[in-house]
Parts: sequence; C-alpha cells; structure tokens
Amino acid sequence: MTEQAGSKGHVPLIEFRGVGKRFTVKGEPLQAVRDIDLKVREGEILTLVGPSGCGKSTLLNMAAGLFEATEGEVIYRGAPVKPYNNSVGYMTQSDHLLPWRDVIGNIAIPLEIKGLPKAQVVARVEELMETVGLTGFGRSYPNQLSGGMRKRCALARLLAYDPETLLMDEPFAALDAMLRMRMQIEIRALCRRLGKTVMFVTHDLDEAVAIGDRCVVFTGRPGTIERVVDVPLPPDRDILQLRKDRDYQEITATLWDVLAPAVGMGD
Amino acid sequence: MEELSKTRIWVLRAMFLAFVIIGWELSSGRLASEFFISRPSAIAQMFWEWTLSGKIFYHGAITLLEALSGFLLGGLIGMVIGVWLGRAQLVAEVLDPFIMMFYSLPKVALAPLFVLWFGIGIDMKILLTATIVFFLVFLNTYTGVRAVSREQIAILRLMGANERHVLFKVVLPSAVTWVFTGLRLSVPYALIGAIVGELIASNRGLGYLLADSAGQFDTTGVFTALIGIMAMAFCLNAAVKLIEIRAMPWRETNSKREMSI
Repeated sequence: MTEQAGSKGHVPLIEFRGVGKRFTVKGEPLQAVRDIDLKVREGEILTLVGPSGCGKSTLLNMAAGLFEATEGEVIYRGAPVKPYNNSVGYMTQSDHLLPWRDVIGNIAIPLEIKGLPKAQVVARVEELMETVGLTGFGRSYPNQLSGGMRKRCALARLLAYDPETLLMDEPFAALDAMLRMRMQIEIRALCRRLGKTVMFVTHDLDEAVAIGDRCVVFTGRPGTIERVVDVPLPPDRDILQLRKDRDYQEITATLWDVLAPAVGMGD
Repeated sequence: MEELSKTRIWVLRAMFLAFVIIGWELSSGRLASEFFISRPSAIAQMFWEWTLSGKIFYHGAITLLEALSGFLLGGLIGMVIGVWLGRAQLVAEVLDPFIMMFYSLPKVALAPLFVLWFGIGIDMKILLTATIVFFLVFLNTYTGVRAVSREQIAILRLMGANERHVLFKVVLPSAVTWVFTGLRLSVPYALIGAIVGELIASNRGLGYLLADSAGQFDTTGVFTALIGIMAMAFCLNAAVKLIEIRAMPWRETNSKREMSI
C-alpha cells in the first residue's frame, strides 16, 4: 500500500480513493460528495475549505467510520475504515459535552472508558485542564461555561484519549473573532507539539490558510476537490501577525479566486 | 429587592388563605347549611382530636404505605422496561399499539377486576397504584432513552466505548431528567390509586375515613380526611422534588445562572 504514497516521501495516514457518498433524503437520493481522491499525510494539519453544504463534513464522518462511502474506499493506515475508527478524535461546532457532568467529569470520560485507576484519572485530568487553560473550573457544569471554555473542555476531552488523528469540523465557528484567533494559535501549537495529524474543516478561507500546512479547496454540490495547495508559511508561523505577511496575502487571494465562483453559484 | 418581594408574596399568600378560611367560617350556617359545608373551626378541632388519638396517623400510614409501595413498585418496573424497550427497537415497534391502547384506559377502571383477583386487602391497592404509576414512569423513561443524542453516543463510541459504557455514561444519565418528570407526575396518581382502592373496598386508610365519614353524613369528617390527604400529597411532592435536586445538580445551576438570550 505504502509504495503509492504521496510525494516527498510522506506515507499517507488517511487515503480517500475515488470516494463518493449518496444520502437518501426524503426518498430522494442526494449526492453529497463525488470523486474524492485525497491523501492525508501523517503529522500534517490539512484544512478543508469550501462553501457550506459541499460535503466537507461527510469526509470527516467517513474517516471516523460513522458511515461508509457509497463509492470508492477510505483507507486508514493501510486498512479500510471500519465503524468507529478509534484512532481518531472528533470535535464539532457543538461540543457535545455531557450536561450532567462537570468539567472534570467530562474530561474524565475517555479515561474511564479506558479503565484507568481513579488516582491516575484525577492526575491526568488536572494535567489536561492546565494544558487547555481550564484550571480552577473543574467543578463547573457545561451550562456555566462560556463558549470558549466549553471548546477548551471539549478539546481537553479529545486530548485525554490521545487519538493520533484529530477531526475538527468548524470547531470555532461559533466563537468571536478574537477568541477564535486565540484558539487557532493554541490548537496549532498544541498539534505541532503533540505531533497530531489533523483534518480541519472550515468555511473560512483565512482560518484554513492560517492553521493549515496544506489546504484543500472544495466546490460545488455535489462537493468535490477543486484544488489542493501547500500553504507556503513556516510551521512556526505567527498567526497574530499573518495579516501583514506577503505570502499569506498572496495565497488567500489565489484561493479566493478559486472559491469565489462557487460562492456566486450558491443561489 | 429579591428578598423583599419574596416576603411580600408570602404575606399576600397568608392573607389569601385567611380570607378564604374566614369567609368559609362566616358563611357557614348563614349562606349555606353547616351540614353541607361544615366550618373550618370544627374541621380544625376534629383534626386535632384525630391527631391526639392517633387516628389520622394510623389511617394515614396505611394510605402512605399503599401509595409508596405502589409508587416504588410501578416506578421501578416502569424504569426497567422503559430502558429495555428504549434500547430494543424491534420489541418496542411491535408492542407500541398495545401499550398505547392500554395506556389510554383509565387505570382506576381496573379496580373492580383487581378486587376480584387480589381481594380487598392492602395488596389490591398497591397493585392498582403500581399499575397507574408504571405507565407514567415507563412512557417517560422510554421517551428519555429514545431522546438520547446520537452524536453524544457516536463521540463516546469513537473513544472506544462499549455498549455498557454507552448505557451507563450517556443513555441512563440523559434519561434521568425524563424519569424524574415521570416520577413527579406519578405522585398525585399514586395517591389516586391508593384512595380509590380504599373507597371501593377497605376498612382502613384515609380513603376509608373519607367514605366512612360520608356514610355517616359527617361533613366535618370528610373535610378533615381530605385535608389529611392533601397534606400527604404535599409532603410526597416535596420529597420527590428534594430527591430530584440531589440527583441532578446540574439542573439547579441551570436555573440559578444569569439569564442571557
């Protein structure tokens, strides 16, 4: 399998081979995505950008094994993805925290599932709360937390079971611009430090370029890949100062030209 | 400000109660015959007598035992079957019309049948109560289990959760809210079961006191028994509420937090 890996000697961790997906909505077949060929390299942050409803999330769901591809196949580490791919962690726009558990309880869930002894769970949760900046909020329930803190809690829960791949589906869409940028900085730093492979779906071009090592541009309905570009920014980029970066401006402008027609076609 | 308005409400409530009682006392014998509406002072006196003689406690305890046993029995079975059917789609689908048919039957109509089957002892009242409570708790539990967020389950599955994890960490806790709604709704119905059972056939319990007093044209006794029943219902409701707050601490913080739209 690995000999047909992508260029530059990378071994694809996740591979979409001629993937298409049809749903049945009210008896009508609906093609969500078609002809997807994509290789996700281990350790990279791959962003998927495109208008809403073009099937970006469908790719993540298939990578997680929540449902199967109608055509083609999704390969994870050389084997077809089976239901519930335990190597991935999923984070969505709504955080799906359990409302009846406080922050500590929510972060502890994956550890409890793993069957860790209680003392270890407590220690690890404490550590994770510090990592995501939630120290002191352990006894708060999700409904007492602000949007940003809920995201941090969901992130800590995600990191608690230490999946090698993170699937993020517009996780910061509901946050305000400032908080969003801070979360972008933190998530990038964190994933680099922990060596995670990330598929990050967003409809925001700026976010896609700011976070991504590579950026996949989606168009159309049914959605398909329009272009895959390398983001020509250094791995240790300063997201706060990107606005002034020449390369950043150039690439967002280029990608915008790719995306803009698709936006216009929307209605 | 908050405290002030609260005391004011309590004062107004007390005034309302006093108004009703005094109005009742004054109209008794003037606007309506005392034979039919008795009078608060006489009721209070009889209540006091029954308290001193322990009569109210004796009969109250019988009714409480019936209502509580039926409540626990019906509630427990309702929860277990609710969780089971909530998880077993096929069985639920097959049984659905039969359950709904039986649910629409006023359960007190079963009382004569229960007398035939179980006699006129205390077990008849317990089973009648349990039948009534069962349906309320069952339907709420069932709905609660079915209403569990599939996304939350999927997220736990990705973490490697097995069926047991999903059941105990997501399904049951998220159904708790519904279960308590069922339990809270059941309290007055549990009393209905017990009292109706006693009215039909018994020689003990508050329902018996009620029927017995009515049989002797003792309106004061009827009202006193009614007040006893009311007091018991009030206590039971308060108890369930207390347990509810204990069992769902996240709910309380929900109502306490600052509102924001």
